[in-house]
Amino acid sequence: MITIKNFKVSIENKEILKGIDLDIKPGEIHAIMGPNGAGKTTLAMAIMGMPGFKIYDSPQRPGFAGQARFMIDGKDMVNKLPEEKAKAGLFVSFQSPVEITGVSILAFLRTAYKAIHPDEKIPLSVFKETVKKALLGVSLPEDFMQRSVNEGFSGGERKRAEIAQMLVLKPKFVILDEIDSGLDVDSLRIVAKAIQKAAKETHMGVLLITHYQRILHYVKPAFVHVLMDGKIKRSGGMELVKIIEDKGYAAI
Amino acid sequence: MQQFDLSNYQFGFHDKIKPIYSTPIGLSEETVREISGLKNEPDWMLQTRLKALALFFAKKLPMWGGDLTRINFDNIYYYVKPMEKQGRTWEDIPAEIKNTFDKIGIPEAEKKFLSGVGAQYDSEVIYHSISKMLEKKGVIFCDTDTALHKYPEIFRQYFGTIIPAADNKFSALNTAVWSGGSFIYVPKGVHVDLPLQAYFRINAKNMGQFERTLIIADEGSYVHYVEGCTAPIFTTDSLHSAVVEILVKKGARVRYTTIQNWSKNVYNLVTKRMFVEEEGFGEWIDGNLGSQLTMKYPSVYLKGRKARGEILSLAFAGAGQHQDAGGKAIHLAPETSSVITSKSICKDGGRTSYRGLLKVAKGAVNSKSTVRCDALILDEKSRSDTYPVMDINEERVTIGHEASVSKIGEEQLFYFQSRGIPQTQAEVMIVNGFVEPIVKELPMEYSVELNRLIQLEMTGSVG
Repeated sequence: MITIKNFKVSIENKEILKGIDLDIKPGEIHAIMGPNGAGKTTLAMAIMGMPGFKIYDSPQRPGFAGQARFMIDGKDMVNKLPEEKAKAGLFVSFQSPVEITGVSILAFLRTAYKAIHPDEKIPLSVFKETVKKALLGVSLPEDFMQRSVNEGFSGGERKRAEIAQMLVLKPKFVILDEIDSGLDVDSLRIVAKAIQKAAKETHMGVLLITHYQRILHYVKPAFVHVLMDGKIKRSGGMELVKIIEDKGYAAI
Repeated sequence: MQQFDLSNYQFGFHDKIKPIYSTPIGLSEETVREISGLKNEPDWMLQTRLKALALFFAKKLPMWGGDLTRINFDNIYYYVKPMEKQGRTWEDIPAEIKNTFDKIGIPEAEKKFLSGVGAQYDSEVIYHSISKMLEKKGVIFCDTDTALHKYPEIFRQYFGTIIPAADNKFSALNTAVWSGGSFIYVPKGVHVDLPLQAYFRINAKNMGQFERTLIIADEGSYVHYVEGCTAPIFTTDSLHSAVVEILVKKGARVRYTTIQNWSKNVYNLVTKRMFVEEEGFGEWIDGNLGSQLTMKYPSVYLKGRKARGEILSLAFAGAGQHQDAGGKAIHLAPETSSVITSKSICKDGGRTSYRGLLKVAKGAVNSKSTVRCDALILDEKSRSDTYPVMDINEERVTIGHEASVSKIGEEQLFYFQSRGIPQTQAEVMIVNGFVEPIVKELPMEYSVELNRLIQLEMTGSVG
């Protein structure tokens, strides 16, 4: 289970998130919707621990009782390095993932997998099969594994490659940040199916961050939260999606 | 990031070998006469050496490139002879010296993937072998001193014709005091499938190593020559100043690969040049990881129609190092083409400079050239510069030039970390990815070695 509590984040002394509370259990799919500038991406990146994002409770009184918390399976991870969070089972997808010249997807994932699952010894041939399956699962050709990470990929290919990485690395909890933007309808369906399947089969907890409702009709999250002005304004189910579709965020 | 630690230089050990002979310290006409006399050389070679010595004394130190003023030419041994007779098998080599090459892995490599091996220890080539099959096909691979005696006509015909003594101060010095190096002749149409390798080791203190290499690839032939270099760490500086002359005849192809890993007290000042005739193809793959200062710009002179030249230059400069490297392509005939690719990395206050020349002579119509140099700077203390010179005297040519300077971004590191890969490891992967276009051109064993060396430089440890 991941627990997010009283989560406040500022960037360059500007408060972006004003106290988020959220629990995600294994196998649950949650969605966070919100207008531009609500702090959606900030939430994903701050949880993973992107430099420059300051997580705090009260700048005047550090360490008081209502301190910001981020826990994975009951363990406080707020001040841990991103790689430690990854090792604890967290995966975050990026809106515009960086290019890494000369490092193949295969080499990248192999290194990542060994770092996250140090006790597993998987022969390269078996690992290659896993990567191949993951790529085919998001309709990317298998020879993508030999290509440099994200280099020369189209917007849609990048998003699908992020999902393929997720499938290979077997995280316990994933935060998918606008994984739907830049995807055509077919890709959207493929990605949504892959997410649903992973959640069901591996009990992966999912937090889907999106600006649009489209993907939610495919993924069908059980929990929907609306983030506005740095706070979760309302939580519920798919009925919230309908309200936003019909009347916009102002109706929330 | 961990600091690079000099004590991690794994080839920094020093053998307790007493040379059987060395000339007195310092440089004079007597030294040159003595070297030539010891080698029992013909008079023309002695005269060549003496003329070159006069040129060396007359020429000023270059004022560009790195700082050469700290080289004390009077405090160098110009000739150090480690043992009496050259070996044809490793059993002929004294145990301590063989031990060095064992540590470097040469005898093992020879068995597995080489056609021939030369090993130079201080001034003399102490071991040489070539596969029987190549010998039968007429391929000559021996040390340059032997070639002077055994193949006097062909030797004299080409020696100093590609790089004259007067070319620069250090080619003059090399011509005056040269010793060792490789001589290769590949007959018409012969393909040498596995690489020939030479290994250069400096062991003596205050030593100058001046090997001289001459490669002639006759029409339609192919050869790949690989050289590696290491030295112990002393508190005083050593000097390595080689000259490499290569003739690529009509339709022939020569690939020359260097993985230079001198210890960080060596001045590495080398002149390398290829003449490429009609439809020939000359390639330099030049990796510079070691030395305190390297100044080296391998060049291709494209002399015949459709001649091609390619230079891949890789430089890594850590603390206290300056790699001034690059390449030169001189187009002298129509339809010639060249590609220069330079990748440099600097960290911990190291400095890399790309220095290149692209020259197209009048009449070299329809020639093509692409120059690309990329620098990766790993911290604020380090420095990278680019000095490209273009001298284009023909209008009907296609020239491309691209340069980039990058730093490892926080965003990139964070991406790795979010996938469980810690920063230090991420940096190694990014650097290896950056040099990948060059590494993939190396034979497999060398690419593994190069990646390992980079990891060592980046993290101070392997594994």
